[in-house]
Amino acid sequence: MSLAVEIAFKLNGSPVRVSIPATMTALSMLRDQLNVTGTKYGCGEGECGACTILVDGLSVNSCLMFAVECDGRELTTVEGVAANPVNDRLRDALVEHGGVQCGFCTPGMVVQSKWLLDKHPHPDRHQVERGLEGNLCRCTGYKKIVDAVCGAGGSNE
Amino acid sequence: MVERYVAAKTVEEALEALSGGDATVVAGGTDVMPQSQAGRLKLGRTLVNIRRVAALSGLALTGDEINIGPLTTVADLNEHDLIRQHLPVLADAADKFASPQIRNMGTIGGNVCNASPAGDLLVPLLLLNAEVELRSSNGRRRMKLQDFFAGPGKSHKKPGELLTAILAPLPKAGFTARFEKFGTRPALDISTVSVGIAGVMAYGGLQEVRVAFGAVAPTPMRGPATEHALEGKKLDDAAIEAAAQAAMQEVKPISDVRATDWYRRELVHNLVRKVLQDVARG
Repeated sequence: MSLAVEIAFKLNGSPVRVSIPATMTALSMLRDQLNVTGTKYGCGEGECGACTILVDGLSVNSCLMFAVECDGRELTTVEGVAANPVNDRLRDALVEHGGVQCGFCTPGMVVQSKWLLDKHPHPDRHQVERGLEGNLCRCTGYKKIVDAVCGAGGSNE
Repeated sequence: MVERYVAAKTVEEALEALSGGDATVVAGGTDVMPQSQAGRLKLGRTLVNIRRVAALSGLALTGDEINIGPLTTVADLNEHDLIRQHLPVLADAADKFASPQIRNMGTIGGNVCNASPAGDLLVPLLLLNAEVELRSSNGRRRMKLQDFFAGPGKSHKKPGELLTAILAPLPKAGFTARFEKFGTRPALDISTVSVGIAGVMAYGGLQEVRVAFGAVAPTPMRGPATEHALEGKKLDDAAIEAAAQAAMQEVKPISDVRATDWYRRELVHNLVRKVLQDVARG
């Protein structure tokens, strides 16, 4: 067993203190150690975006991040994409446009879209497509997801 | 197996942790984590996290060179005014790099130290005649980036050394540089090949030509034969074709899961032609 390291950080606004192996991924810490399972394991190598979380406001693949690097930081997972006007519009737009099929990619898509809308409140379609280029949908429902994020940002096309 | 974890806050702390030997440096983690999880990289007994070393962050214009902190993320490179203004080819390569999530985590220092023949920032850095600064507990040294690479995943950085800066001289007036890569998916693909061409535009052609290629040899490489074919020549169809031929002959690609040797040479030919046609249009 690898060396254990104790770290402390904020998860969705609440302080967390946890002892984890030095080599553990942030994703594994969230899912297996803290039982916060909204964030999904897709590929484990940064190709699919299902494990996207925000760290100090920046979107990252939690499967590529060492859990020890979370020390002192603020993490936001899909559970913490709180009720506010922007996030409500994103949720409603995903429902309205049918931007959900099997749902497995949805937590990653939601967190990545939140990052995009924080950065560009009114993205054009190209910005949305570039913003979501690191997220795969195995159902290939991209058009409806892109439509929804465009809609949430106030542009229809 | 990792027996010691060091979250360094200063270069000195990081060097002290490295001086014991058998250590792995981690910054963004986007390569170290998947490579170690897959068993392709064996982590050392000491894991040295340098992400909080403030002295390794930031970008500055000092004298006639731009000093890029190795912890600069790919996203920062793409968006930083100094890079956009003085080294736009590096901002462009950063924009074509992986995915937004990886651009937010991955660092330029990691891309250099991984020494992948396909590292997307390495071709533009070669075009810019970049140098690297390495520090150890014994002192510091500088070397040209093109002398840094030793083979796929291998560099001339010694075990006790830490990459502490990437330095790019300010290009002279009239300098132009282009970077193109080819992969089967626009995002997240490891480049099948990449091509960079730079020089000073004069009299309808390029002078002081620099050419670099990625993913066509054991290390990112300069292309002296292609540079010679282009030097001072007016960029007409014949000169462009001659350069594209020189390029496909001087690269040394292998066949692997991404493409065959033959296909890579064809891609190099076509990308060189495309880039030069673009340069000729101005």
